[in-house]
Order: sequence, then structure tokens, then C-alpha cells
Amino acid sequence: MLVSKQWLQEFVDVRHKTGQELADLITKSGIEVEGVEVRDADLNNIVVGRVLTKEKHPEADKLNVTTVDIGQEEPVQIVCGAPNVDAGQDVIVARVGARLPGIKIKRAKLRGVVSEGMICSLEELGFEKKYIREDEQDGIHTFREPVTPGQDVLELLGLHDEVLELGLTPNRSDCLSMYGVAHEVAGILNTTPVFPSVEVPEAASSTAVTVQLDSEACTFYAAREIRDITIGESPLWLKNRLIANGIRPINNVVDITNFVLLETGQPLHAFDANKLGQQIVVRQAKAGETFQTLDEVERTLDPSMLVITDGERPVALAGVMGGANTEVDSATTSIVLESAYFAPTSVRKTSRVLGLRSDSSSRFEKGVDPRRVVLALDRAAMLIAELAGGTVLSGTAEAGTLQLEDHLIEGSVSYINHRLGMEIEGTVMKDLLERLGLEVELSADALTVSVPTRRQDLMIPADLAEEVARLYGYDALTSSLPREASRGFLPKRNQHRRKMRQLLQGAGLSQAITYSLTSEQRAMQFNEQQDLHPVKLAMPISEARSTLRTSLIPGLLEVAQHNVARQHADLAYYELGSVYLQRDASLETLPLEQEMLAGIMVGLAEQHRVHGTHVKTDFFVIKGIVETLAEALDVPLTYEAAAMQSMHPGRTARILLDGEAIGFVGQVHPGLSKEEYGLKEVYVFELDAMALHSKVARVYQEISRFPSMTRDVAIVLDRSVSASEVEAVIMQAAGPLLKQVELFDVYTGDNVGADQKSFAFSLRYQNKERTLVDEEVTTAHQQVIEALQSSFKAELRS
Amino acid sequence: MREQLEALRDEALQLVNQASTQKELNDVRVKYLGKKGPITEVLRGMGKLSAEERPVVGEIANAVRSVIQTELEQRLVDVKQQEMDAKLALEAIDVTLPGRPKQVGQAHLLQQVTDEIEDIFVGLGYTIAEGPEVEQDLFNFEMLNLPKDHPARDMQDSFYITDEILMRTHTSPVQARTMLASKGEPIRILCPGKVYRRDEDDATHSHQFMQVEGLVVGEEISMADLKGTLEAFVKQMFGEAREIRLRPSFFPFTEPSVEVDVSCFKCGGKGCNICKQTGWIEILGAGMVHPHVLEMAEYDSTKMSGFAFGMGIERIAMLKYGVDDIRHFYTNDVRFSEQF
Repeated sequence: MLVSKQWLQEFVDVRHKTGQELADLITKSGIEVEGVEVRDADLNNIVVGRVLTKEKHPEADKLNVTTVDIGQEEPVQIVCGAPNVDAGQDVIVARVGARLPGIKIKRAKLRGVVSEGMICSLEELGFEKKYIREDEQDGIHTFREPVTPGQDVLELLGLHDEVLELGLTPNRSDCLSMYGVAHEVAGILNTTPVFPSVEVPEAASSTAVTVQLDSEACTFYAAREIRDITIGESPLWLKNRLIANGIRPINNVVDITNFVLLETGQPLHAFDANKLGQQIVVRQAKAGETFQTLDEVERTLDPSMLVITDGERPVALAGVMGGANTEVDSATTSIVLESAYFAPTSVRKTSRVLGLRSDSSSRFEKGVDPRRVVLALDRAAMLIAELAGGTVLSGTAEAGTLQLEDHLIEGSVSYINHRLGMEIEGTVMKDLLERLGLEVELSADALTVSVPTRRQDLMIPADLAEEVARLYGYDALTSSLPREASRGFLPKRNQHRRKMRQLLQGAGLSQAITYSLTSEQRAMQFNEQQDLHPVKLAMPISEARSTLRTSLIPGLLEVAQHNVARQHADLAYYELGSVYLQRDASLETLPLEQEMLAGIMVGLAEQHRVHGTHVKTDFFVIKGIVETLAEALDVPLTYEAAAMQSMHPGRTARILLDGEAIGFVGQVHPGLSKEEYGLKEVYVFELDAMALHSKVARVYQEISRFPSMTRDVAIVLDRSVSASEVEAVIMQAAGPLLKQVELFDVYTGDNVGADQKSFAFSLRYQNKERTLVDEEVTTAHQQVIEALQSSFKAELRS
Repeated sequence: MREQLEALRDEALQLVNQASTQKELNDVRVKYLGKKGPITEVLRGMGKLSAEERPVVGEIANAVRSVIQTELEQRLVDVKQQEMDAKLALEAIDVTLPGRPKQVGQAHLLQQVTDEIEDIFVGLGYTIAEGPEVEQDLFNFEMLNLPKDHPARDMQDSFYITDEILMRTHTSPVQARTMLASKGEPIRILCPGKVYRRDEDDATHSHQFMQVEGLVVGEEISMADLKGTLEAFVKQMFGEAREIRLRPSFFPFTEPSVEVDVSCFKCGGKGCNICKQTGWIEILGAGMVHPHVLEMAEYDSTKMSGFAFGMGIERIAMLKYGVDDIRHFYTNDVRFSEQF
């Protein structure tokens, strides 16, 4: 909402405050003023000039030499390049010494002819093009109103003004009008606002217009009929007001409806009475009904939309925009003026469905003040009679009712003080609320407040607390802390997350945070659960951010792609975040949000060039990180070969905990990583983060005082047998004395058969109670060897 | 015989002194003190001596032996030391060469800021509450005093999935859920998390960002408690000298509502480019929980009251660390991650 200080002055005395001072006061009491424009900041010495003579410039075709009366004893000579300049015109002259945005006017010689000043266009005064008349777009401005040479143009155009831009929150729609702003400012300045009285000069004959309401979305509709209008340009003062508030003047009737809208906040609409007829019926639109709005767009309506009709065809989209079929134009002589109360939700919906917002819809959808519906109609009728020479027929055609009663709030002084933690006297509260134009009764602690219809945001005692606080000022608020002590703690799952993060960072991985939304295709990559339904946005901004992820890996691949493309070929990142798993095909329930821990590694895991050493990331490097994590978190993970479409068929392991799959680790399928992410060799893991949260409490294990014995066993067996299978058999066979198994050598090659390999394990035996005897270790070890032979047909290597 | 022994002694001691390796010393020991050595020879010939001479010569011989022995041992210590010194001299390295550092990863900057905020509020008696990011309209809006078609819904353009399910636009639904689950009991929670708005990504907007909200509900909770709590937070987060300022504002779920500014932590309030010359920086929104919100969650708003506050983590991080583009947080460029 733009507020002209000059206009505001008509209702509240603000002369003693600058625009900025006013802005600070308004901001401090709750409505943020986003800017103050001093309209004459870059302008001075600009006066009315009357062009006395015009001659062609002797040396230049496009220039004219004029003499102009600027109210001084002698006329001045001004060289002017505008094509539309002519003798007899009243124009804008920037005198020698004048300031315009970006220019200072000096006495000059133009192609040998002296020029003492400049004849200006409105654009040169800083007006936007949209405010300039069609025929003056490329030339100078000429006054059509009676003006006197030498008169201050800035005064005439209302430019000795400051305009405040209010950033209104949705609750303060009462300030979408000058009246509303006047009430607010008067409250802040502790004065009483004054509003113009409205008296409609009615003719003897009465209107024959009838109104019929066929929908509950319109609770009240009023219309006045005005005849013998002369459509023309509005007077300067009216145009100045509209321009200051950002609205383009069109003609006197339309300008008056816009002026009253800005003044009262009540949207009005004028129909050409000859095109409309005598009947108005308000109803819901019919399915498929089409209608051309004033912006010349053909619109297809549906039954959720409210329309004004002439009994047959729609003539306006209620509260949103009028129709081309009843538009007021230069030939109009009679009008029907509408003022109504439309249900906010109806207007809001229509405007949203059609993508059509107007100054009218933005007010109706927040609820206009019922008390101003008729007031605004009469105010406009009065102005049209005055400025467009109209005859207002007597009577108002109307239908429906308005809620005009005040709203009562039963509050108390103690409630407000408790809520604020302040100690404000009841009489002070009464005074503050009365400044806002509310009626207040104070009796002991009880505070009964009668709220006029214009303040629909004040409903309950808490709302009064805010009004008191914002006018009293928060600077007076003391500080305290909640009195009751409370047990503060970081929940276990948060502690678990911090531990996982610390471990992975210690292992060299940095944390990434990526977007939860990705493309539909990437959303389902790396999660091969067959029963998942993609969770898609109804109206995404782009396809690339349209679907919720079911795996963290695609996001991490994008991170790797970004960095590798920027010469960072060695990377290690992890992410801890949710994936969204929807198993309900109807999508009516919320998806499962599963927190995953994922990692990605590319290039070298370690490099010390000066020492000539490096470790290239491979399957075992990234698996080692998962193992380290599992060890530190006390969760016994196991691994088995896995086949996944997006992963390398021979370098991927499923990760299991107590036999349940909780994730995977391996190399991304080189075809996929290369083609889609431009990465040759990428290793990743992804795990259910909360499954890693061990529930096992650690208990101290006695440290054995007795020495251990180590025996090695080397076997040759079939190449297809996995190390973990062999290890399981060893653990099973050895009995309780076996404390540790370590695979220390794997061999394939010339010394074993083509489909064979060799494993060498080191087995450590220990007894907690006593020193081991050679024979018992031999027995246990023999059991291991026999088990290996029988389970895998393993041959012993010497 | 005495002369013979003394000559042997001098000869041996001279060799001991000349020896520069353990081996040479060993040779001397074997030669003079060994079983076949000259001193043993002399002692063997003692049988021919008279009973008076025998102890005298024996004593001399033992003395010679002992001197050689002692000198040998001392010399051995020196030689060992020299040998060790020589060996270590050869092992010397340039200690200014770089080591083999273990690479350590960094926590994401947003994570660091979140952790810091969590720790401050845990110290003030809060615990952490969380909720789903894909949320029901009921919890995201309706239970927060934002019925369908409320104009204030325009303040947040949302990503809907169905008519009733959307990506949460703020962490406030966690408040509604926690209140419902707490069945009228006092609450003190902090709710960090990801939120989503239908915004085009640019330097200051991100369709995904992080928020942290706080909620306190109890008997006699007031606006003064809110101010004191936020002061404690701001001093811990931005420094002891910081102050806060409350400005009236509007949120549908609080009444009264305020915006909270902190005195500029760069210029201290004198005015600079960070605070746009005002001395104050807006960092969060807050207010007293709206009685409708309490009642929808089955709290008796005449007995219980509460305050809530919320802030954007990105904004805090950008202000505190001078980050100029919100997209840096989600690109995860190594050159960015490494700085924090």
C-alpha cells in the first residue's frame, strides 16, 4: 500500500513530521514501512510557461526556437526539440538553475542560438511512462487546465509530497485504505482523524434498477444509477492522487471509482447503463460459461465462481474484474455504480483459479469493512455528480444485509499483563485502545472493548494484548526466564547421529547436505524395493526437482560430478538424511521417512606425494570405512555379494545386521556413473542410520592374564567360496578357545589350480582361566582343519 | 716377572685406548685376558715361584688384570656411544618435510550452526523434537490457526503432493504434534529441520532450507520470558555485548507476534553494510502461542500459555560467516566445505 503524505494530511495532521519520522513511528508500532519516496527530492525551479512564439531553428531541422512567458517581466528564449511544441501552449519549463533527475539546467547555446531553460516532458520530471498521455509519449507535457505562467509546477502536479510504502501483513487489510491508515496514524500520534462528510445530490426521478441475489457468496449488493455524465479527463488533483498511489488515470468515472477504492478500501465498479439494462442478478457461473473481462481476455468460468449478470449474460466477475460488454467508454452517458460485499473465500478462489489479481480482489479476499459499502457508493456518486456532471437518480437499488454491529471482546487488565509480563495500569490500556478508535469500558480488572467492523483482526483478548503492547512499546518490556526448571537433554537419536558424524569425519569424509527433491528418474535410482510408489509434487517448479528421493546416492553423485568437473578428483563425502518411501498406492498416507547414512568416495583416499605413497579408493577402502564405523558403534555387520541394477555386478555387497539387509556398499555401475554423472570409478555405501544405533550396553570384559597361542592355517579351495563363509566355519569348529581369526593372505595364480584360490588365516587361542596347554590348542586347531576339509574340500598347504 | 706383567699392562692399555670399535676392544680382551692370554700364561708359571713371592706376584697379576678390565669396560661404553652417534647421524632426516597427515572431514556449516543452537537450548532446559518433512495440511496449517483459504497462506507458497499432503513449509507442525502428544503437560522443545517453499533458487532463495523453532508451554509463560530467553541465546551465539530489539509483527500462530533484531555483531551498532546502516539485524520471528493454537491442541488457554520462536539456519550461517549466496550450502563444493 502506497500512502501519500499530502493525502493523509486531509484526515490527520502530519505536517509536523517528515515522511521518514512518520515511517519510523509506524514501523515501531507494527506496520513495516518499506520505503519513503521524497517525490521532489531531485526537482526544483520548475514553473509553468506559456509559449508565445515558435520559429524553426535556422541551423537545425528538428529544433524550434520559442519565446516563453514564465511569469517574469521579459519572456525567455528556449530552444526546444519536441515535435509537439507550439505557440499558445502552457508547458513545463525548467528555468536556468533548475534541477531535474540527473540534470542541472544552464544557459546554453544550441547550434548558435541561446536557450535559457528547457521545456520538459513528464518523463523528464521522473514520471513513469504509464502515467503519460498517449499523445504526449514522445513530446512535452501541455496543461489543459487553466494555469498561470510562473506557477510552481511541482505544486500543481502534487510533487511536494512524500510517499510511504507500507508492507502490510495479511491481518492488517484495514490499512489497504487511506481511511484505515488515517485511523492507525491518528492512534500512533494520539489525535483524532477527520473524514469528509458525504451527501449525495439526488434528482427527483428514482432509479428503476433492480438487484437480485441468487448466491450466498454475495451477502449484500447496492447500486446507484447516474445519468447525463460527460466522460472526460479528471481534474489535476484527482490524477495527482492516483499517480501518487500507483494507479494510472483513465477517465473521470473510472478514476473516481479508483479514488474511492483507495480512500475507503471498498472496491466499486461502474457499468455503462445503456449496455447493462435495468436488471442485476448475482449468481454462480455456469459450467463452461465464457466471458471477456476488461483486460480483453476471454475466460472460461466454472460454478465455483460468482458473476454479476444482467439476468442473462455475465457482466462482471464478482469482486475481481468487470466485463468488456458493459465497459464505460468515451461515449458513455449513463452508468450503474456497484458496491457490494462478496464472500472473501469466493473472491480468493476465483482470483486464484483464473490467475487474475486486481486491486479489487486483493481487498475483497481479505474482507472489506461492511460499514463502508454504502458510504463508498455514495461518496463516488457525489464525486461523479461534481466532476462528471452526472445526475444521480434518487434511491439505491439493494439486496441482502450487512453485519454492522461492533464486536465485543471481554478482556482483563491482568490477562494482558500476564501475557506480556508487564505491569501496565488499566487506565493506560484504556487510553491506548481508545486512541485506535475502539470503545473501552474499564471496571476494576475487567476490560470490555467494542471493536468497529473495520478492525476484523481484533477478535480475542490476546489481540488486545498485542494492540496495547505495540502502542506502549516493546522497549519497556523486561527480561526474565521461565520460572520452572526443566530437564534439558539431547535425545539418544541425536547423540547417535553426532557419533556417526564424528566417526565418518575422523575417517576423512566431509558432510554434504543435498536436496530431497530430484527428478523422477533419479528418485528411484539405487533403491530397488519393488513396492515403492514415487512421491511427486503436484506442481513442481522443474522436472529436476519434482520427486522425493528414495536414496541419498544420486544426490551425492551430483556432488561428486560438480567437484570432479572443477578439478577436485579426490573426494570423500557423506550425508545423513531422510529418504521417502511410499508403499501406499493411493498416496493418502504420509510416506515412511527413513533416515539413511550414505557415503561416496572418488579418486585417491590418501596421498603423500613427497613420500611417494598413496592409496587409491577401491572397494576395500570404502568397505573399511563401513567396518570402522560398525566396530565403533558396536554393531556386528556381515556382508554378502549382491546384485543391483545401478551397481557393479561383481563389486557390490549387501550389508546385513542380524540377517536383515540394512544397506549396501560397492562400486556404482561404471556404465551408469560414466554416462549419467561423468564419473569413471565411484564407490558408495548407504545404510539405515538408525539400525546402526546399538541397543547393547557395553559391559567390562576381564582382561586375561594368561598368554595366547597363535596357529596359522593355509588352505587351497574352490575360487567361488567367500572369505566370510570360511571364517564362519572356522569360528563354528574351533570351540570356545578361539579368540580371533584374521585372514592374512589371499592368493590366486600359478601355484594353485585355475579355479582355485588359497587363503591363509591366523588363529589366536586363549583361555581366560589358565595358561593354555599345547594339546588343547592342537585339538581345537585340528577340528578347524577337518571342518574346512569337509565343508569346502579344502586342501592344506604346507 | 713384575716387569713382565707391567709391560703387558702398558701394552694392553695402549691398545684399549687405540681401539675405536667394539670388535677391536673385544680382540684386546681376548688377547690379554683370555685363557690363552699372556697374563694367564704368567699366572700359570707361578708354581715355580717361592711361597713368599707367589702372593706378591699374584697380587700384581690380579691388579694388572683388573686395571685392563676396568679400562676395557670404560672404553667400551665410549665406543658404543660413538658407534650409536655415528649410526644416528646417518639416520638424520629433514624434519621440516611435511608429515603424512590423516585427512579429517568437516561437518556441514549448517550442521555446525544447528549443533551450536541445540547445545545452547539444551543448556536452557530444552530437548529436541522432530517430525515428518512430508506433512499433513492439518498440522502444517490448520492446527496453526491457518484454515484453508486463509489469506496468510499466501505468505508461504507450498509444494503440495495431494490436496491434503505437502512438503512442510516450516518446522511449526512439530509444535502442533508435540502439543497434541503432551496432553496438557508443560513443554520445552527445540525443533530443527528441513523445510520447503515453492521458490526459484537464487542467491537469497532456496526451495529447501533449514529452520529451527522453539516452543515453551507452561503456567504463566509471558512475553518477558520470551525476551529473556532470546537474549540468553543471542549472547551465547553472537557474543556477550549483543542486545535484542522486539518489533511488532504478524504470524497467524502467535499473538502478540514480534520480529526480533540483534544489535549488529559486525559493527556493534554503529552501522555497516551487514546491518544496512541500521545497527540492527533481523534474525527471527516469535510471539506468544495463539490461544486458538493451544486450544486446538487441547490445552486450556486460560491456564496455560506459551511462547514460540523460529529462525532460518541459513540466514544465521550467512550472517555469522559472511556467506553471500544461499546456494553454496547445497552445492557442496569442496572449496566451500573445507573452509569450516
